[in-house]
Amino acid sequence: MRLETGGRLIDRTRPLRFRFDDRWMTGLAGDTLASALIGQGRILMGRSFKYHRPRGPVAAGLEEPNALVTLGTGARAEPNVRATQTELFQGLRADSQNRWPSLAFDLMAANDLVSRFLPAGFYYKTFIRPRAAWKHLFEPAIRRAAGLGPAPKAADPDRYDQVYAFCDVLVAGGGVAGLAAALAAARTGARVMLFEQAPHWGGRAPVDGGTVAGGDPAGWVAAAVAELAAMPDVTLRTRATVAAVHDHGYVLVEERLTDHLGGGPGPRRRLWRIRAGRVVNACGAFERPLAFPGNDRPGVMLASALRDYVVNWAVAPGPAAVVVTNNDDAYRTALALRRAGISVPVIADARPAADGPLPQAARAAGIRVATGTGIAGTVGRGRVVAVQLCDAGGGGHVTETIPCDAVAMSGGWSPAVHLWSQPGGRLRWDEAGAMFVPDPDHPPTGAAGEPIVTCAGAAAGALRLPDCIASGARAGDPAAAAPPAEAEAEAPLLPVWVMPSGAGPRKRAKMWLDFQNDVKVSDVELAAREGYRSVEHTKRYTTLGMATDQGKLSNVNGLAVLAQALDEAIPRVGTTTFRPPFVPVTIGALAGEARGAVFQPLRRTPLHDWHAAHGAVWEPVGLWRRPYCYPRANESRADAVAREVLNTRRALGLLDASTLGKIVVKGPDAGRFLDMIYTGAMSSLPVGRCRYGLLCNEQGFLIDDGVVARLAEDTWLCHTTSGGADRIHVWMEDWLQTEWWNWRVFTLNLTEQLAQIAVVGPHARKALEALGGMDVSKAALPFMHWAEGTLAGIPARVFRISFSGELSYEVAVPADRGVELWERLVAAGGPLGVMPYGTEALHVMRAEKGFIMIGDETDGTVIPQDLGLGWAISARKPDYLGKRGQMRPALADPDRWRLVGLMTLDGSVIPEGAYAVGAGRNANGQTATEGRVTSTYFSPTLNRGIALGLIRRGPERMGEVLTFAAEGRRVQARIVSPVFHDPEGKAQDV
Amino acid sequence: MSDVTVTRATPQGMVTLKLPPGDVAWGPALAALGLSVPAVRRLERAGDRAALWMAPDEVLLLVPDPAAALAALAGPLAGAHHLAADVGAARVVFAVAGPRAREVLAKLCPVDLHPAAFPAGSARRTRAAQVACMLWAEAADDLRLSCFRSVEGYVADLLTLSADPAGSVGLFRA
Amino acid sequence: MLMLVCPYCGVTAEETEFAPGGEAHLSRVGPDGSDEAFEAYLFARANPKGVHLERWRHAYGCGKWFLAARCTATLEVFGTYPAQSKGPPPAVLDRIADRRGAGAAARVGRGAPDAS
Repeated sequence: MRLETGGRLIDRTRPLRFRFDDRWMTGLAGDTLASALIGQGRILMGRSFKYHRPRGPVAAGLEEPNALVTLGTGARAEPNVRATQTELFQGLRADSQNRWPSLAFDLMAANDLVSRFLPAGFYYKTFIRPRAAWKHLFEPAIRRAAGLGPAPKAADPDRYDQVYAFCDVLVAGGGVAGLAAALAAARTGARVMLFEQAPHWGGRAPVDGGTVAGGDPAGWVAAAVAELAAMPDVTLRTRATVAAVHDHGYVLVEERLTDHLGGGPGPRRRLWRIRAGRVVNACGAFERPLAFPGNDRPGVMLASALRDYVVNWAVAPGPAAVVVTNNDDAYRTALALRRAGISVPVIADARPAADGPLPQAARAAGIRVATGTGIAGTVGRGRVVAVQLCDAGGGGHVTETIPCDAVAMSGGWSPAVHLWSQPGGRLRWDEAGAMFVPDPDHPPTGAAGEPIVTCAGAAAGALRLPDCIASGARAGDPAAAAPPAEAEAEAPLLPVWVMPSGAGPRKRAKMWLDFQNDVKVSDVELAAREGYRSVEHTKRYTTLGMATDQGKLSNVNGLAVLAQALDEAIPRVGTTTFRPPFVPVTIGALAGEARGAVFQPLRRTPLHDWHAAHGAVWEPVGLWRRPYCYPRANESRADAVAREVLNTRRALGLLDASTLGKIVVKGPDAGRFLDMIYTGAMSSLPVGRCRYGLLCNEQGFLIDDGVVARLAEDTWLCHTTSGGADRIHVWMEDWLQTEWWNWRVFTLNLTEQLAQIAVVGPHARKALEALGGMDVSKAALPFMHWAEGTLAGIPARVFRISFSGELSYEVAVPADRGVELWERLVAAGGPLGVMPYGTEALHVMRAEKGFIMIGDETDGTVIPQDLGLGWAISARKPDYLGKRGQMRPALADPDRWRLVGLMTLDGSVIPEGAYAVGAGRNANGQTATEGRVTSTYFSPTLNRGIALGLIRRGPERMGEVLTFAAEGRRVQARIVSPVFHDPEGKAQDV
Repeated sequence: MSDVTVTRATPQGMVTLKLPPGDVAWGPALAALGLSVPAVRRLERAGDRAALWMAPDEVLLLVPDPAAALAALAGPLAGAHHLAADVGAARVVFAVAGPRAREVLAKLCPVDLHPAAFPAGSARRTRAAQVACMLWAEAADDLRLSCFRSVEGYVADLLTLSADPAGSVGLFRA
Repeated sequence: MLMLVCPYCGVTAEETEFAPGGEAHLSRVGPDGSDEAFEAYLFARANPKGVHLERWRHAYGCGKWFLAARCTATLEVFGTYPAQSKGPPPAVLDRIADRRGAGAAARVGRGAPDAS
């Protein structure tokens, strides 16, 4: 119900329409979805995960475990949103979850009737056999029955962005402690960032009362915010939750930009990726529920939450509320309720006496205070209508039944230590407050070993207003003076983990610890009886604290119950690990803008646009996009590839080879260096010549290959594979910088500076001659030579190298002139029958020639000798990278699988990845193998399938027929030479 | 009027010069182009030319005519172990200018771009989202980002998203 | 995520600007090495819980390799220094001794630095 007056956050002049399930309702600007629903008399907001019990909100903020809804519809539907944090906007649509067919009438609630038979570990014990049934029967059924909201199936239409930021002091939490910390730090000139998860500043203080600087806390809050906002190096954000504090002051903050507006033109959320010199954790504390029978019934709430609903939003479940507590703070709720006109029939206080200022004020206001009293049970279907009082220390004999619409419970407070504990800060048990507090002697440490997180305010255990604000100011600047503050003195609380303390098993089975996951006192005690001693194991066995709220309300109560059951001290049982994030973070925010076109960088060659305009279909090569082939109208890809191969072999083909790595290596010691990097001798390569080179790692395995050209006496140009350019450049620099650092060698990766075009085929020379400018005759530019000059007016370096077996020139020009050269070649080649060809034709032609491809014939376990490339290894060199590795016995084993050609007897194409079937079985009882296919193509040139493969002792077994198995079929193929086409190499050397 | 503009700068001639750290040829070589040797992570500009510190043994020269620059370097570099090469076609340069320039780049680069931390004349290599880049500040609100030409489209798309006024963050505003 | 200071740039940058390179100060074993020495070079690593000397490359910066002394348990960084070093420089060893005791510094000290 909505109260006639009050509500510091609502605007009664601005009603907002919203829909919950299929009913339209009205709330007020400033409402949360939860407060609006309570205002409309709706307490029932969800159902629990396991038993489908009816649930209402138990909290009023981010710790809420029950009131989870699916917000929005269609692609924008977001499941498991806390109604207590959702700001109301016009047209908001929310749906309840975990119910079928409807929230009020949930068939699955039958689970509740059999809850005696669904204790902790039930799934582990029951669904063990038969094994297959788990996957196919039990798990799907359980997931259907026990799911939360479903994720939307369509792509998220919203945008998310990220920003990097840096500050000296980052303050998490904009209550009075956080504001005091930010002010104190900012006044020293520090760069300060202050983040508050709620839409408004001040935290609890404006609700809880007391005075700051002689006035209402809200007044001080407004003045502090105004002062901070006027400082240039202070960043203030509400609706921004500090989700994680990682190593070395790396802080993640999720800011909600448009959620409260129901959408907007810009990003919906922003992930701040911040490096903070230090962090002040001023996230406050979470009030603890009391574990009494029936404490999960809708209408039972935290005392502070009911106080918030009444003071902030002027809503309450009904006109009467009972308060049950073990401390003085809950009396503030009773007083606030009375001021708002809600009757408080009784305050049940578990302590034997309650005589502090707050209890006295309650009595003075005419409220009945029953000390030594607990709750034996709650009454009501779907919502609480009465509570049963009992002796707090007894077995639960009901002394009185009191009608009410709500129960405000308080079991004390637990500091929100998450941001302290995530990066490694330790906790200690505070006996007086019955709570874990940060241990200042064991803070989380940063890059220099210095403390990087300070806790302030309630997060440090300073629960009373004067202590809270003083600790905030101190955390911001140890020299700062705190504003004077006053609040009522409070008597010590009495730890109460089970109410009534002598309750028997039946009552304990009705005392909820984890509301969302339906973990009760009896479940934790069962785990202890079954031998679980570690809190981490108990958590996983019972699922305590594993719900979306990550145990913010349940953890301390749960481990106290465990400690009691184990007869251990609470600090000895310890806590579970606090892991980021503090609250769930939307995946979209973590991805940021990295989706769609900018999901990952796509590298385009200088000729990309030409390829696109001429119908190229693309092949991803690392991040590059290369033309796979250029299909013509009504032409299949296979037909296009065959046409491109045959045209290149018979006339003229053009290939964009710009992605090839091009690394310049220069200096007095460059030759000596390359002799170490390559297996072959590069120092002996004459200027003007090219040589094929292999690179191995120290294990001896082949990692890259390419043609090396000697440009000058002290300068070489090393071509690498397309995927290898960056990797090999890094590899070279690694050795130069860390091993041979006295060698005078510079390297430079020129891959992006140059466009490279392969002009291939019998008419290649004619095409270049048509461009004019260079003598490309056999005499002037023989095979495996290079020359520099001008082609068609473009400065060019021309290499006579061939990866196809045809007459071939690779022409390198500045990248910004690549298109010009390509178009000149297309024009000049027109009469010669020129066609561009793509990577697949390139692959087919190299396979027809038995040329290996890094990544096809190699997989990190293959040495050059396996591939018949021993000729590219200099036997005379005393050392090169990989030489020692290749001396290992296993790499010299004559039984190694080595490269051969394979031709199927029926001419078909062997499936990719096919294995040669050997005799018998291997050590694992599998069919033995004796080789595998590494490359397999249909060869247009030979008009049949060809393949390259690695076969045990392959080159010694020419002519032998092997059986290959893959894709469920078997193919017979004969071992042949890997050079299928032009074995004498006549075509390329003309 | 927009508070940030992102423009693809006209092609910028660039020469990479490598010399051993502290080599005596550094001074004469850069003097031949009218430039002085940049301090660590600094930009030295003289008219239409500039030298950007890249590494202890590497400077990137921004020059109107790379061929002429290489010719001018030849004399001072004769006899010195060095590497000089035209790299202008390998890269593109984006100018990001205006009061929001630093914030637009802060969405992409893990660099403190506070005017006090990255004042005019600063230069450093870093990454922009998932690719390598070079950043420098010609003036307080005139920053440049250079990346490899193959990822020009990626970086241009990112800068467009970052500069969207609807995504304004409000950082670095006095 | 670590912050490291590149000793060449002098820049303090986050881990995403760097690439890790494993244990530092390994001596290469070439064709003359014994099987045992070669095995140790390829595979044997200290992998300590505590002070670790390791290789990093400023991949998105100056491209230089450098070495870092770091605690693998707390991630505290005792210092970074040039890759052209036979061992950690005195300032780094002093820091390790100060933070983890003389014994820890002695375990990773390998004589005078060789940086130029």
